[in-house]
Amino acid sequence: MRIAVLVKQVAVLDDELELLDGGRGVDPDCAELEVNEWDAFALEAALILRDSMAEGSHEVLVVTMGDERAEECVRSCLAKGADRGIRIWDDALAEADVLAVARVLAATLAGEAVDLILCGAQSSDEASGATGSAVAGFLELAHVAVVKQIGFDGSVLTVSRELEGRVAEVVTLEPPALLTVQTGIAPLRHATLREIKRAREKPLEVKGLLDVGLDASTVAGVAGSRLVSLTHPETGERAQMLGGDSHAVAARILEIVHDRMAG
Amino acid sequence: MTLAGVLILAETRRGELRDVSLELIKAAESVVEDVGGSVSVAAIGPDANSIADALAAYPVDEVLTVDVPSTHFEAALWAAAAEALIDELNPSLVLCGHTVDSMGFAPRLAATKGLGFAADIVGLEWTDGLRVRRLTYGQKLVAELEFPERRCVLVTVRPGIFGMPPPATRRARIRELAVDSHEKPRTTHVSFVESPRGDVDITSADFLLSIGRGVTDPGEVPRFAELARRLGATLSSSRPLIDAGWLPSSLGVGQSSNTVKPRVYLALGISGAVQHLAGMRQAGTIIAVNSDPHAPIFGVAHYGAVADLFAVAEALEALA
Repeated sequence: MRIAVLVKQVAVLDDELELLDGGRGVDPDCAELEVNEWDAFALEAALILRDSMAEGSHEVLVVTMGDERAEECVRSCLAKGADRGIRIWDDALAEADVLAVARVLAATLAGEAVDLILCGAQSSDEASGATGSAVAGFLELAHVAVVKQIGFDGSVLTVSRELEGRVAEVVTLEPPALLTVQTGIAPLRHATLREIKRAREKPLEVKGLLDVGLDASTVAGVAGSRLVSLTHPETGERAQMLGGDSHAVAARILEIVHDRMAG
Repeated sequence: MTLAGVLILAETRRGELRDVSLELIKAAESVVEDVGGSVSVAAIGPDANSIADALAAYPVDEVLTVDVPSTHFEAALWAAAAEALIDELNPSLVLCGHTVDSMGFAPRLAATKGLGFAADIVGLEWTDGLRVRRLTYGQKLVAELEFPERRCVLVTVRPGIFGMPPPATRRARIRELAVDSHEKPRTTHVSFVESPRGDVDITSADFLLSIGRGVTDPGEVPRFAELARRLGATLSSSRPLIDAGWLPSSLGVGQSSNTVKPRVYLALGISGAVQHLAGMRQAGTIIAVNSDPHAPIFGVAHYGAVADLFAVAEALEALA
């Protein structure tokens, strides 16, 4: 079985976010970068699935769209146990919207004969929750979104999709298929120093748009939207802030709690 | 071909019409004059007929029902039904809720049909075309989007933003649309499973002490359980600690777990992801402690402190 995992490099959200001139995006040079949390869980699910299978040739392929900086993101997935990686990039993709990204990822996967595609249910930065479902559309694959459990008996996938309000729906489907993965599907593993070192030797292919049969104007034509501006929100109604040191803060918290609980 | 300015795709869950579907009617009302045309609302699937009557009581021009060959939500079939509706009505704008079901079929449809698309929008307006606002980067930035050269734009709308529409003065007509689709179901429904309730019911607690990602070590969790006990609070948690397996899911607060309404909600080290806020924003008094002054939780909290949660916990322990 060949499992592809789609991963995205994102800015760590605890950081102060600096905007590029003209509000065209967040300046990646001013942010610490990491693998999108949801994608990390998708990778975990893929590795568990691969390792649970009977002997034979099984592979986890990591695919990302991103410039040179995203290489580190793929390497970290290889260090955790993925077998090989593909990074696809073209400068024309700098402002690609979610549908354009999905089109590029779909074209990249089209030549790989994968049985199962896993990706995060959403990204922590854009948070559209759309890339996986759009990729499935472009590839005409069966798919299930927001999955929190995956089982495979060799021919049928049994998955649990997480709904709102403490309810999940169990469905079955057959590969080839795409699943978008919710956080918490399994505890995340950490790569050892030895694995990080070994990951440098694993194959990581760099592709351009032409390599996957696309060009900049085709991708631009697929885009579902255009960013007009990215701004810091106006501060609306906000909490009344409690000042002072931690003892003063704690004392005020207890006052408020006692007042509200007595009322 | 009739011209429907706005098409709303209503949603049900286990037979019940979901509130967000009605909020979409309110959202449509706010732009339809500028968009032009009428407002249609469509009910797809086995529950379509049973919810059509309820939908017809709201200010829409027409309610459409579409049957599909499936007893449950199925992404590919829903996308095909929605596509048939778009072909029939030729709308400029299609609205669905930003929900788990929509995340399944809406981007798929936008991709295959070449629609304009944006997800989880919190605002929209129409002047020479659609413009929407959505929040990105953990609610810290506002993105404004436009859709040049798209005749039809599909957007998913964040629940809880637009409020409920007033009832209509006259009932809308109901029409059944027959869809001749070649699309087959790709998934088979097995069952619905509810998460276990656990020994503690946080939804009935008056005072919740809730911990989040700021707690970075499982060894620290018992300390907060003890602090909660001493304060007379019940311990609850945001998603990351449950994902990590440090606390049971029955203690989770958020969209996919529990919606809580305690008198006091004390959030320690919770930044306030939108899914978390959906589960606790109705608490009577919200007090938040977080080291990040830009954390979105301060946007919903009544009282806040930018502080190290462990220092505050220590001070609370000394006072409790």
